[in-house]
Amino acid sequence: MAAVAVKNSGSRAGALDMITKIWAYLFLLVMVIFFSVTGTGFFSLNNFSNILVTSTLVALMAIGQTYVVITSGIDLSIGWTVGLASVMSARTMRDFVNGGMDIAPAIVLGVIIALLVSLIPGIINGVLIARVRIPPFIATLGMFGIVRGAAFLLTDGQQVVGNLSDTLRQVLRGIGNGSLAFWVPGQGVAWFERPPDLPPEVIRGVAQMLPYPVIVTAVVVIIFAFILGRTQFGRHTYAIGGNQDAAVRAGINVHRHLILIYVLSAFTAGIAGVMHLFRFTAGAPQAGEAALLQSVAAVVIGGTNLFGGEGKISGAVIGALIIGVLQTGLVILNIDPLWQFIVVGVVIIVAVLVNQAQAALERLRSNA
Amino acid sequence: MPEPILTVQQVSKFFGGLTALNKVDFQVSPGEVVALLGDNGAGKSTLIKCVSGVYRPEQGRITFDGADITHHAPSEIRDRGIETIYQDLALAENLDVGANVFLGKEKKKRAYGFINVTDDDFMRSEAAKVLERLDIHIPSLKQRLVNLSGGQRQAVAIARAIYWNAKLVIMDEPTAALGVPEQRKVLSLIRSLRDHGVPVILISHTLQDVMTVADRMVIMRRGKVSANLPRAEATEELIVRHIVGFGEVAEAS
Ligand SMILES: Nc1ncnc2c1ncn2[C@@H]1O[C@H](COP(=O)(O)OP(=O)(O)O)[C@@H](O)[C@H]1O
Ligand SMILES: [Mg+2]
Repeated sequence: MAAVAVKNSGSRAGALDMITKIWAYLFLLVMVIFFSVTGTGFFSLNNFSNILVTSTLVALMAIGQTYVVITSGIDLSIGWTVGLASVMSARTMRDFVNGGMDIAPAIVLGVIIALLVSLIPGIINGVLIARVRIPPFIATLGMFGIVRGAAFLLTDGQQVVGNLSDTLRQVLRGIGNGSLAFWVPGQGVAWFERPPDLPPEVIRGVAQMLPYPVIVTAVVVIIFAFILGRTQFGRHTYAIGGNQDAAVRAGINVHRHLILIYVLSAFTAGIAGVMHLFRFTAGAPQAGEAALLQSVAAVVIGGTNLFGGEGKISGAVIGALIIGVLQTGLVILNIDPLWQFIVVGVVIIVAVLVNQAQAALERLRSNA
Repeated sequence: MPEPILTVQQVSKFFGGLTALNKVDFQVSPGEVVALLGDNGAGKSTLIKCVSGVYRPEQGRITFDGADITHHAPSEIRDRGIETIYQDLALAENLDVGANVFLGKEKKKRAYGFINVTDDDFMRSEAAKVLERLDIHIPSLKQRLVNLSGGQRQAVAIARAIYWNAKLVIMDEPTAALGVPEQRKVLSLIRSLRDHGVPVILISHTLQDVMTVADRMVIMRRGKVSANLPRAEATEELIVRHIVGFGEVAEAS
């Protein structure tokens, strides 16, 4: 009798445990189903690829943020680092092209220079946090203001970098809004470009299957998920978040590691900023402003522990997708998009509650 | 007496206005078990943290195996062969047993022919072997340490220190969370280390344990070494007198 009871409660705890681990995936699935059923046009290849593209900004920022949060830090500056990279890439490309350089090398150089410049706030954050021992919240809040100012100074106070030549814009747009493969109704897959001369009713059904921003983001996700999950660098990241003292005493160079973490965070934000330029063909200081808190939300929804030591890139990606689905779904349902803030807020709180429940379950099980 | 392998000379360590170590001299010879005794706050943990590189002493010199290690980082000191079991264990409780035994010295393997990844299976199986030596069984080595008991965690900390074939093992209260059988196991482990020529510094409050394994007792009081007794001269009573400071009173009068 007693044994049966124990067994029952054990399997119930097991099921609960399972749910706490995959609830974000379930939630995403339920939302997709909900919007597919209630919103006309939601369940379409076109809309799904649209959601993926929309989610890339938050996802990229959330990748670096996940590393930071696992070390029990936070990076508040990356929103403006996105803007800095966007502005920097637009300026350098513009100046190179207007100076007579060919488009292709100008774009490549612009990307490289913007990515390098975007590392600077990360390096400073890392040094302030690891060596000067300023708390991450304060150091990156300071950097928030500094990078914001720098980004706006680079546009001379304007909302966007002006004077990009039309040819440059066209090439940027072609990449930023392009796709490796298209689905053409009735014809199947077309590579690289939409087939020309399609009848209008077919054109409306053409969908991007592998948009370039999604491919870039997927590659970044895979690389950084691999580093976090499989390499010594990842192991040390978790160790520092779990017990920084223990990491120091075990001989891990914690200072250097923390600096690299904040550089990494700035780097994924830099990629997001450059991609923003390609997608919108305008270097904008505010490119990542709203996405900062969304990236933190994505990290938390994905199950990363804000006190450090736990977290996964896959979780952050799911979190970013949940936010992307919400944004798109509410628009399709013709609900005021402002509702997304409320829903995302609720989801964050639920995420933290679920994680606490999970920790409690784990404790229960080990005491049993 | 052979040449000491570890020499601490006139080492001082300050925390703000507090003098945690006051010109401490301390030596360990090969194959010797030295007990480091003293009341709470005497400076025992601070001394061993200076040796293991966690703290940098403000004054003095520490040499090990012929090299000056006074300002070395913990990683260099571990590389030179000093392993430490800290009083607070210094474990990453969010990681599993294998990851903790290999923390900072992860075993790596090639994946896809070009990138180094952690060899988790190897680390787990090696961890299992050391724990076996300690006669301690942990049901699943994939468990994160948060799910283990205090004794099991302590075993992991001990396993980590003895895995690396150290030239000197430092143990700061290694048996505090262990049951009696496991405590005996640790004592016999200390003896076997000594028999293999590996010196041990043992900090313990259990005088009985100390009396059975230590070759020499060094007693600290208020940041200073107040007595250095070979086992032949050490009685429990004498040790206690030094720990509480009656020794000084007796000398003064
Ligand atoms: N990190 C630290 N910061 C400030 N004071 C410390 C620190 N570590 C130890 N102390 C102080 O130094 C003295 C010696 O402590 P400790 O070496 O831990 O003693 P023991 O291990 O002999 O009990 C104590 O007064 C303690 O409060
Ligand atoms: Mg102590």
